Amino acid sequence: MFLPGRPLARRALRLLRNLGARSFADFASEATFDIKPCLLHGLESAPPISASMSREDGLLYYKQMQTIRRMELKADQLYKQKVIRGFCHLYDGQEACGVGIENAIKPTDHLITAYRVHGIAYMRGIPVKSILSELTGRQGGCAKGKGGSMHMYGQNFYGGNGIVGAQVPLGAGVAFAQKYQGFDSLCVAMYGDGAANQGQIFEAFNMSYLWSLPCLFVCENNQYGMGTAVERASANIDYYQRGDYIPGIKVDGMDVLCVREATKFAADYIRSGKGPMLMELETYRYHGHSMSDPGISYRTREEIKEVRSKSDPISLLRDRLVGSGLSSVEELKEIDVEVRREIEEASQFATSDPEPPLSDLTTHIYQTGLNSRIRGITPWQQLAAA
Amino acid sequence: MGFAGLAVGAAMAGLRPICEFMTFNFSMQAIDQVVNSAGKTLYMSAGSVHVPVVFRGPNGASAGVAAQHSQCFAAWYGHCPGLKVLSPWNSLDSKGLLKAAIRDDDPVVFLENELMYGVPFDMPEEAQSPDFLLPIGKAHVERTGQHITVVAHSRVVGFCLEAATALAKEGIDCEVINLRSIRPLDMATVEQSVMKTNHLITVEGGWPLFGVGAEICASIMEGPAFDYLDAPATRVTGVDIPMPYARNLEEISGPQVKDIIMAARRMLTGREESRATA
Repeated sequence: MFLPGRPLARRALRLLRNLGARSFADFASEATFDIKPCLLHGLESAPPISASMSREDGLLYYKQMQTIRRMELKADQLYKQKVIRGFCHLYDGQEACGVGIENAIKPTDHLITAYRVHGIAYMRGIPVKSILSELTGRQGGCAKGKGGSMHMYGQNFYGGNGIVGAQVPLGAGVAFAQKYQGFDSLCVAMYGDGAANQGQIFEAFNMSYLWSLPCLFVCENNQYGMGTAVERASANIDYYQRGDYIPGIKVDGMDVLCVREATKFAADYIRSGKGPMLMELETYRYHGHSMSDPGISYRTREEIKEVRSKSDPISLLRDRLVGSGLSSVEELKEIDVEVRREIEEASQFATSDPEPPLSDLTTHIYQTGLNSRIRGITPWQQLAAA
Repeated sequence: MGFAGLAVGAAMAGLRPICEFMTFNFSMQAIDQVVNSAGKTLYMSAGSVHVPVVFRGPNGASAGVAAQHSQCFAAWYGHCPGLKVLSPWNSLDSKGLLKAAIRDDDPVVFLENELMYGVPFDMPEEAQSPDFLLPIGKAHVERTGQHITVVAHSRVVGFCLEAATALAKEGIDCEVINLRSIRPLDMATVEQSVMKTNHLITVEGGWPLFGVGAEICASIMEGPAFDYLDAPATRVTGVDIPMPYARNLEEISGPQVKDIIMAARRMLTGREESRATA
């Protein structure tokens, strides 16, 4: 389930090589793009203001973002069909954040986030099939159906956390473990604008700075904490400055290249032993907070439409790829078709895979098992723990 | 919250941290990290993320530290699946159980007692070893007896033994059980004892409602030992109030040796006063 390396990237590259082989000579192999400069806090140097992208990488990012987009829309559909229940927080609109970060760090780096996790889980190497069947609560899910939408885990990936803000001290702890063991790796600890005022986040900032922990704090500012706009929630909405003594950068979270370059810059800083950094990604979510929130009682449809037409991360990348000759409209359409097929296949699996066996009710309570029985609903049901 | 979460994260990433709360009263702020991040993660991840962390610190009443610093959390943590909860009484318990907790791969809440830190106990030869371990989930019979089972955890185990010595002079022979482990709770040892003595008293420093004693009594009702009871099981607990500061009030806020003696005597003889003084 948690495969070494980047299997999704390898599969994507195979596909791209097949596509590319037909009209390789027609396309540019690399292009350079201007990217928005970052706002800085407590920093003398900055991430670059231009980024180069190879054709291979461009097609990879496109496929990754499109996969996340279509996976989330499929989850929306399945939720409305009541095949997915409970919580379902969707990531569409924020794809550039997840894709940009993962393409700037290593698989040996660690990452933890909150509950809007499906896209991040995919980027950390969990197949769409495993994500969708976790959402539908089947045994083929990445947590065998026992976790659900908010509790997906993988290699060097700690979820998927339901309690707002709790994941940030956890992330600082993961970073602590890297430094303690003398590893070169860092931990990316993600949270949203809604969590940014949590006390425990400032506690994590304090310890990370004091002990120079290799932690990259990332605030995904999608402008709304549930239904509360940032201006109504925070006395200070400059989230990249909220780390105080921790240097911060504010990044255009709708541009995958911006996110990639900023993350690389931050990762280099952290790996050089200078301590933590805070990165605010300015982004947007098209869906409401969760599937229980229509998302239009606290913002206008016009606003959502405007972001879609002017700042959609996938459209932005598409325009760059086509405009620079790295790809063509037709080639990208073929990737769209391939992605749709993959998502449909995963969805078929997720709706036909069986639910976990009833005996799974009492498994994984303890790692070091004990012989004691687990009390059931009545005293006459003493269940075996496993 | 911050450092408790940091400890849990470090455990998830491969270390074996010990997170110390100055007292468990402060753990209330961090309780989300203990219960949700540590306790439930193995289950939610279907076994892929382990959390080998130990939370330790003084629990329950101390002396003169008043209401916000005197709460017993055995019932609160004992309530939650996914955690292991230990409550040592003497030096043997403290060493054997703490080592076992650290070596255990699951999150363990280790409830110590401030007033016991300074109390010396003889340690047998085998307990001097750096690998001396006690099993998690097993209670220990500190004193065997025929007439009544007295079950306790932490500091009041000592009170129960003192009470047993006094009661022996009146011809009442107590079996004193030191729980050692709150979760998992060793009901098998308690049941076996009750089926021999036919009488049960639980003793704890914590509050009565929804407490450790409440759980033991309910379990006895549901299990094989119920038919062996000659009297209803009784709980001896702290008074159902926030802990007062004034010494005279504090003294009557929690179970003392005389309370245990009186409860046992009353259960077995119907009298609160000893025959000798009646």
